[in-house]
Amino acid sequence: MSRMKPTDISNPDYFHKVVDCQWACPAHTPVPEYIRLIAEKRYTDAYMINWESNVFPGILGRTCDRPCEPACRRGRVEEQPVAICRLKRVAADYKSDIHARLPKIPKKKNGRHIALVGAGPASLTVARDLLPLGYEITLFDRDAASGGAMRTQIPRFRLPVEVLEEELNYILDMGINCHFGTEITSMKELLAEDFDAIFVGTGAPLGKTLELPGYEEAAANIHTGIEWLANVAFEHIDSIGETVIVLGGGNTAMDCCRSSKRLGGKDVKVVVRSGFDEMKASPWEIEDAMNEDIPILNFCVPKRYLLEDGRLCGMEFEKVRREYDENGKRLLIPTGEDPLVLPCDDVLCAIGQDNAFPWIERNLGIEFDRWELPVLNQTTFQSTHEKVFFGGDAALGPDNIITAVAHGHAAALSIHLLCEGEDVNDRPADLTTLASQKMGIHQWSYDNDISHDVRYIVPHASKEKTLNDINIEVELGFDEELGFAETQRCLNCDVQTVFTAKTCIECDACVDICPTDCITFTANGAEKDLRQRLLAPADNLEQDLYVSDSLGTGRIMAKNEDLCLHCGLCAERCPTSAWDMQKYLFNTAKAVHT
Amino acid sequence: MSYIVKPRFHHPGLQKNDLGYTRRDYEGTLTTLCGGCGHDSISAAIIHAVHDMSLAPHQVAKVSGIGCSSKIPAYFLERSHGFNSVHGRMPSIATGANLANRELYYLGISGDGDTASIGLGQFCHIVRRRINMLYMVANNGTYGLTKGQLSATADLGSKTKSGEESQYDNIDLVSLAIDLGASFVARSFSGDKDQLVPLIQAGLSHRGFAFIDVISPCVTFNNTPFSAHGYKNTWENNVVLSEIDFVPMRKEITARYSAGKEKEITLHDGSVIHLHKTSASYDPYDRENALHHVNEYKKQGKIATGLLYINQSQSDLHELNDTVNKPFNRLNEHDLCPGGDVLQDINETFM
Repeated sequence: MSRMKPTDISNPDYFHKVVDCQWACPAHTPVPEYIRLIAEKRYTDAYMINWESNVFPGILGRTCDRPCEPACRRGRVEEQPVAICRLKRVAADYKSDIHARLPKIPKKKNGRHIALVGAGPASLTVARDLLPLGYEITLFDRDAASGGAMRTQIPRFRLPVEVLEEELNYILDMGINCHFGTEITSMKELLAEDFDAIFVGTGAPLGKTLELPGYEEAAANIHTGIEWLANVAFEHIDSIGETVIVLGGGNTAMDCCRSSKRLGGKDVKVVVRSGFDEMKASPWEIEDAMNEDIPILNFCVPKRYLLEDGRLCGMEFEKVRREYDENGKRLLIPTGEDPLVLPCDDVLCAIGQDNAFPWIERNLGIEFDRWELPVLNQTTFQSTHEKVFFGGDAALGPDNIITAVAHGHAAALSIHLLCEGEDVNDRPADLTTLASQKMGIHQWSYDNDISHDVRYIVPHASKEKTLNDINIEVELGFDEELGFAETQRCLNCDVQTVFTAKTCIECDACVDICPTDCITFTANGAEKDLRQRLLAPADNLEQDLYVSDSLGTGRIMAKNEDLCLHCGLCAERCPTSAWDMQKYLFNTAKAVHT
Repeated sequence: MSYIVKPRFHHPGLQKNDLGYTRRDYEGTLTTLCGGCGHDSISAAIIHAVHDMSLAPHQVAKVSGIGCSSKIPAYFLERSHGFNSVHGRMPSIATGANLANRELYYLGISGDGDTASIGLGQFCHIVRRRINMLYMVANNGTYGLTKGQLSATADLGSKTKSGEESQYDNIDLVSLAIDLGASFVARSFSGDKDQLVPLIQAGLSHRGFAFIDVISPCVTFNNTPFSAHGYKNTWENNVVLSEIDFVPMRKEITARYSAGKEKEITLHDGSVIHLHKTSASYDPYDRENALHHVNEYKKQGKIATGLLYINQSQSDLHELNDTVNKPFNRLNEHDLCPGGDVLQDINETFM
């Protein structure tokens, strides 16, 4: 019969995976560590941990897609995860001046010169990582200012311009040769300029539009979502018709409809082809739009633009219902009802965006795949041309800011290795520490007495105020008191339960005290079998079992990591300290002086 | 001692019993005993047992004396009735409570000091009087609360942590209980809940005096390599005479048992225990045979565990005294003053 091998906790992934939020974060920000600092009112320290890891804490604290939150363990033991994203904002809002803590930029350069194409989060992360090492950086962007999608796609009522610029300036002020309003039109020419490496972070700049009957005549009032948002951001557009239809169910659609409401739209509707529950937008963005009295109509497939006197006057939609074929594929079947006709003055198409590299000649040794995306090594972000790297949406297609930051860190490390004459694939190990938190017999250096409170809601400014001015931020953020209360919901998943088999006397104290029945002493077996034999079944296969060596009675200790509250009671009750609470810090390897 | 409150969060898949309660609903306050104390495992086993039997907390009365053991009713069944009595006097309280309300499940919790020393006389008499209850002794062979002196159940030759050797033979509570006429006698080990939980359930379901001697190591004062009552010695020298499965009344019997070695025993409340003997010569219905086996293993330095003796034909105190069926608190004026007709009838019996 097969048996589980003792868990190898020296594998850096093992405990990292237990810190669900950090594991889920593309940049692997040490979330519980900074949440504890916020609880201690050490906002600046909390901010700097974020700044090191995700570069834009104030921006991300307002706009992040928060992959950490669906992963948060708290969501598995009660209804809602910790409001990680908005706690990040607390650190940013209440920090003091950080200039003294920023890395020193050497006056003497290292003689390496890197070009960055695009001034979005990926490129700026590369700059942030390489400038302190003495690199010279030249940055090009077709827009008049830096920030990329952070500036052009996110409306100011979600991200005030001061917050954006503060964090952009931390990097720009390190000394970058900036060329704004400069569109690079030829990679061949750029390569000829003899940069040591070129990083492409141009995003996914091509908005999709919907060409249906009537499109050409109505074109003046049909807008591509991301272009329209960019024009709003740069104040080229400051009004829209009274009746607006937004097509699409992603976050861009939510930003479009909410922006329309603020620019003169009185009757703004979102229309999606499929079901409400299939919308790609983040639930909180949908909620915010609906709170602003924007209806979302689902199962309506756009059919044509309606015209009156040669001008857009409405749209016609076919009503559909959802069915699944034998392969489980979702189908939208017309219901046969009369078409839905909605009047409108303007239509915003927020139905997706694409990458586009018309400026990269195809004979330079930079290969593209059949989706016209560059062929990349997804660890190094190096293209098939040794000196050319990609990151952010330009690399793997449209994603989010935090992913772009993660790409930027990885690419910066690759560029550094390349410039040092080393193999970009031979990457340094991530930095990890594991240290006991024991202070006294039953005292830990972390607060294990977690709060049972439900998730706190971030206060909003009144609708009367915010709907009249696109520059007024809707979310007010947690104040210090609410922020503290929310920090107390964090389970400190980075404080690991570490088990030493040889000191265990099998007294069951840990089994008896564990609030979530994580620990079982039982006969070894195959993982599938063992998962069903535990005190409470371990059905979440994404979460590991921590299995010990054979104990005195021949049994093993098996701990289901899934629901562990990291409360430390197992270690408090353990008479021999076979259990210990040890803090696991994980930081991804970054470009550093070698 | 832990200072935080045990988080209320629990495994979302935690089973609910017939009353809709999870096991967590049967807990008490957080233990203040030493970490690793066997007594905490006894608390946990009681919580498991009572939850699985779907007993409502108010159907159970916990009674105890003094000692580390007698503190544990605070750590389980927080919503049940409870009485923490004088040292060694739990049997008196249990007897009185049982007489006043025969409908509750009585769970007596005592220790080796509380039962085998100061309370030995009381213990003998509660066994003899056949109170319908489950009497459990958390037996660690030492006086933990007074810093680890040898108790009356410490085996001859066993040593305290400071090196003092026991000069006397121990009082074996299991033999004593069988001898005095207990109708359900078992021994178990706090570390082995697979064995202990069904024994507690069977003991609670048994009508008459049920006794379980639970070896429950004192991790602080009596868990040395030369402690007979320590974890290591108990794991190594535990001889299981019988294994039981408990199926509460109203629950479907799903497991299949082979004839011969298995015995199906239906208890008075309709619950069923499946008893599996591990030795052919052993007979749990025969007092002398049970005593013989317990003593034989003791001579070899082994600890016989499992359901050791059962007798279902014995009447309990209420039956012997033909007491009123209703609990006192439900007797109304009519019950207590039935009127002139009844008085007349009674008087006529004296004529």
